[in-house]
Amino acid sequence: MFFKQLFYYLIFPGFLFASVVGLLAGWVDRKVSARIQYRVGPPWYQNFVDIIKLFGKEIITPPGRAFTFLFAPLMGIVSSTIVASFLGLVLLNSQSIFFADLIIVIYLLTVPAISLIIGASASANPLASIGVSREIKMVLGYELPFILSLAIVIIKAGSLRLADIINYQLLNGSLALSWSGAIGLIVAFLCIQAKLGFVPFDAPEADQEIMCGTLIEYSGLPLAIFRLTRFILLYTLPLFLIIIFLSGDIKLTSLGIKFLLILVAIILVKNTNPRLRIDQAIRFFWKILTPLAVLGVILAFLGK
Amino acid sequence: MSIKIKALSKSPWVFHVSAASCNNCDIEILDCFTPRFDVERFGVQLIGSVRHADALVVTGVINKKTIPLVKKVYEQASKPCLVIAVGTCSCSQHMFRFGYNVIEPLDKILPVSVYIPGCPPKPEAIILGIVKALGTLKKK
Repeated sequence: MFFKQLFYYLIFPGFLFASVVGLLAGWVDRKVSARIQYRVGPPWYQNFVDIIKLFGKEIITPPGRAFTFLFAPLMGIVSSTIVASFLGLVLLNSQSIFFADLIIVIYLLTVPAISLIIGASASANPLASIGVSREIKMVLGYELPFILSLAIVIIKAGSLRLADIINYQLLNGSLALSWSGAIGLIVAFLCIQAKLGFVPFDAPEADQEIMCGTLIEYSGLPLAIFRLTRFILLYTLPLFLIIIFLSGDIKLTSLGIKFLLILVAIILVKNTNPRLRIDQAIRFFWKILTPLAVLGVILAFLGK
Repeated sequence: MSIKIKALSKSPWVFHVSAASCNNCDIEILDCFTPRFDVERFGVQLIGSVRHADALVVTGVINKKTIPLVKKVYEQASKPCLVIAVGTCSCSQHMFRFGYNVIEPLDKILPVSVYIPGCPPKPEAIILGIVKALGTLKKK
């Protein structure tokens, strides 16, 4: 029993599987971006090579703060791995492990951002501190509409368990086909863009402006772990979106097609939009997406 | 050849050190990342932070003011880290070698692996230089 659990968390729906699929999804991201810009793009194994290379580099830690600096990336990767294995197990067994695992997933999906904030603060770099302040504002911005969009699903399905949400949609069709569900899907999609740190909302680690911001002081193994966390999230968050809004049909092929469609949509939004300033991003989340999500919640109460 | 070196030669991340150059070499370096040349095919990426760098691409005449800065940047990079001198200025000081503030060339300060001469060098020459630099890495 114990080894079975270990297998679940470390190998199949968990760490190894999620990171391999995530790294391949990261390659899809780079390849599609390259094709949009009329380039050829890297080969499929590029992200694997990047991670292996970072394992072999020297690790530089800020003096006196090494523990927090090295502990933060572990926090992020553990929480994203746990989310990946929860979602995988729910799809495999169609029964939840906990009573309210949706709440736990919402909490665990915030932890990677918090780990980034803690790690970057420990590095005591002025550019990293700018990145941290932007990351905190970004979290404040996107969490409210994200949770409101999930509230639509909770009201419609009448349950906090992921398995019940899937069963409800298997019986009644995908939630995204109803009015409130469609609004929820749009809002959650844009919030996921921000959770992944992709371009319209990548002010915390603006490459050209503050030089990778929060990641500026990281090198070698901890940097590899942060990048791996990002790739695992690139697998986990679209899967979460599918489970919540689009699980009318959870056969393997349709899951794969939906995953690719959402991934490519994320990449297209990333490649066709300029970076928003942090105040513009917050205004977008609080003044446009939040009222939209509230409208969705009202429609869900009315049963639309 | 160990797997670390092999992975390093497949994904060199490049940090651009512009030490008092006239900007021509810098523009040619950026040309390598455009659709026509696209060095991302070989895994080369231009990155923002020195801590992530695998290769420093140094352009410009290294003078009295930039010597300590270039040294500092090299110390901050996580090793192993290559140094590539792009342009005749950073290779051999070009026409500025008798200048009042030009003290010593780049290879007296940092361990340079590859020299790419030219004023400015063509993007093809820069790509060839990076390939040769990765070749020196494999020999070590």
